[in-house]
Amino acid sequence: MTATLVESSWEVAERELGLQPGGPVNIGWYCTDRICELGRRDVPALIWEDFRGVERTYTFDDLRLKTNAMAAWLQGLGLKPGDRICLFMDRVPELYLGVLAILKMGGVAQPLFSAFGEESLGTRLANAGTAAIVTQKKHLSKVRKIRDTLPELRSVIVVDAPPGTLKENEIALALDALPACQRFEVHPTTAESPSLLHYTSGTTGQPKGAQHVHGSLVAQYITTRRVLDLRDDDIYWCNADPGWVTGTSYGIIGPWACGTTQVVLDAGFNAEHWYAFIQKRRVTVWYSAPTAIRLLMREGTDLVRKFDLSSLRHLCSVGEPLNPEAVVWSQQAFGRPFLDTFWQTETGCIVITNLPGMPVKPGSMGKPFPGITACVLDPQTNEPITETGRVGLIALRPGWPSMLRGYWKNPSAYEKKFRNGWYICGDRASVDADGYFWFVGRDDDVINTGGHLVGPFEIESALLEHPAVAESAAVSKPDPINMEVVKAFVVLKPGHVPSADLELEIMNVIRKRLSPLAMPQEIEFVASLPKTRSGKIVRRILRAQEWGQPVGDISTLMEE
Amino acid sequence: MDDLEQVILAYVKKEYVDEDDDREVTPTTPLISGGIVDSFSMVSLKRFVEKKYDIQIPDADASTAAFDTVQKIVALVERFRKVHS
Repeated sequence: MTATLVESSWEVAERELGLQPGGPVNIGWYCTDRICELGRRDVPALIWEDFRGVERTYTFDDLRLKTNAMAAWLQGLGLKPGDRICLFMDRVPELYLGVLAILKMGGVAQPLFSAFGEESLGTRLANAGTAAIVTQKKHLSKVRKIRDTLPELRSVIVVDAPPGTLKENEIALALDALPACQRFEVHPTTAESPSLLHYTSGTTGQPKGAQHVHGSLVAQYITTRRVLDLRDDDIYWCNADPGWVTGTSYGIIGPWACGTTQVVLDAGFNAEHWYAFIQKRRVTVWYSAPTAIRLLMREGTDLVRKFDLSSLRHLCSVGEPLNPEAVVWSQQAFGRPFLDTFWQTETGCIVITNLPGMPVKPGSMGKPFPGITACVLDPQTNEPITETGRVGLIALRPGWPSMLRGYWKNPSAYEKKFRNGWYICGDRASVDADGYFWFVGRDDDVINTGGHLVGPFEIESALLEHPAVAESAAVSKPDPINMEVVKAFVVLKPGHVPSADLELEIMNVIRKRLSPLAMPQEIEFVASLPKTRSGKIVRRILRAQEWGQPVGDISTLMEE
Repeated sequence: MDDLEQVILAYVKKEYVDEDDDREVTPTTPLISGGIVDSFSMVSLKRFVEKKYDIQIPDADASTAAFDTVQKIVALVERFRKVHS
C-alpha cells in the first residue's frame, strides 16, 4: 500500500496565503497590502452605489491607503488594540473599510445591523464594553439616547456629519478627506488574536457576542475560492449586510483576501433595480439569500428576460434552507441553480455546502466542506447517527480555523454548545445515502426570519415593557417569503382590551426599540399562556399550533 | 386623494424616518428600494392603511413594488376601497 499525503484545505489556504505557523496574520493587511504586493493595486476592490445611483470606487491601493489612514486616526483618538469598536452604519464604504482599519490597528471590530433600535444597540454595546462607535448622522439619535448608560463608550464617531451638527463629545470623520497614509505599522496580530465580535441570538438570555480571531482568514479564504469559486477576473456581489456575519466573512474578508472586485448596492429590495445592477456591473458571482430569491420569484421570469444577465456564472445562497422550488426557478430564470450553503455566526465560514460541479439535489444543504467533519448526532446518546434519513442534531468536530473562540464574557453559554466532543449547531437534519445533508429545522426556540436569527427572550422582554402587556411569548410562524416570521402571544393587563390600534402600537414599539426583524408580524391576544407547573411559558405548544404540528407531551403543563 | 396622500405621507415620516435623517420624503420617494421602509416593516405600514381605511389588502397584492412610494400605496388603497364599497 502506498501512503499518499493529501494536503488539507486549511494547509492549501495557508500555503497560498504564505502563512507561517505561529507567524503574524492580520486580516486587514491580507485584504489590502498583500493584494497590492501581488500586483493588483490598481484593480477596483469596491464599486459602491446607492439607490440614487451615486457611485464611489476604491482600488486595492485606495483600500490600503485609506485603511492605513483610518487605523492611524483611530489610534490618535487613544483607541488601543483589543478595544471593541462598533460599526453602526448602512452599507456605505466607511463600513467596509472601517472593519479593515480596526483590524489593522489591533482593535476588535463589532459590526451591528443599522436597523437595530436603541435597545438592541444598547444591549450589545453594554455587553461588549464597547470603547467607540462609528456611525452615520441618520443613526446618531439612537446612540445619543443610550450614551449615558454606557460608561465604557468613550468615542462617538460620525462619518457624514455636516459641520456644526455634532455635539461637543462627538467626533467627525471624513474618510475620503483623510490624508493618504503610505506606511502604517500594522498591529502584529497572530492567528489567535481577536478580530471580530458578532452578536447572535439564542433561546434564553440576551444576545451573545461570538468572538472570532484573525486566523479565521484561512477558512474564509479557501471557502471563498472553492465554494464561491472567486477568481481574479470576477465581479462579485454579496447581498448581505456586514452587520451580520455573511457580510463580513464573505462581504469583506473572503473576496478581498482573494483580491477580487466586489460591487455593493446600498439600497432596499427592488427586483428591476437588482437586475439592472447585475447587468450594469456585469456581475459574475452572486451570493444571495432564500428570502431575496423568493421575492425575485414573485416578480416572475418575464422581468428577468428584460435584462442581459449573461455575465452571471455562479450563484450561491445562504441564511436559511433554500427550498427546491427556488433552486428549480433559478435554473429556469438564470440558466443555473442557486447552490445552498450552510453555516452560522459561530462557524465563521461555510461548513456544509454544494460545491461547484457537485450534482445538486434541490432542497439539500449539500455535504461537509473538505476539512470539516460533520454528522448528525442522536440527541439522546450524543453519538453520530449512522443510518440514513434519521433526523439528529447537526454537529461539527471542533478545530476548524474560523470557529468561534468563545462568547464574550459568557463562558457557560460556550460550554453548552458542545456535547461528547462535538460542536452543536442548534439545527436538525438528516443525511442521505450519498452523504447529502437535509435541513429539518431549529432545535430550539430561536426564530430564523429572512435568514436572521431572532431570540424570543429579547422580544418578550421588550413586550413586557409595554404598559398594556402582562405576559407574552414570541414564536415563529410560517411565512412564504421569509420562511419564518415572529408571532407574539400577549396577555393584557386588567383594564386593557385587545384592538387593532393596540396591536399596531405594540408592533411599532418593538420595531423601533429592537429591529424590524424582531417586530411581531402578528399579535394574538390571549387570556393565558401555556405554562409548566413551575410557571415557565411553554413556547413549543404555541409554535406547534402555528406550524400545524402535534403539540407533543403536555403532561407537565399547569392546569387552567 | 390628496388627503389620503397627506395622511399616509405623514405616517411614513413619523414612523419610519429617523430623527436625524435629513432626507426629504415626498409622495414619490422610493420607500422600499430607497431603504426607508424594509420588507419587514412594510407589514406594519400595510396594517396601518388597512386599519385606517378599513380594507384588506391580500398578500398577493401587497408586494414590495406596490408599497414602494406613498403614491403607489394611495393607488392601492383607492383600489381596495372601491372593491370594499
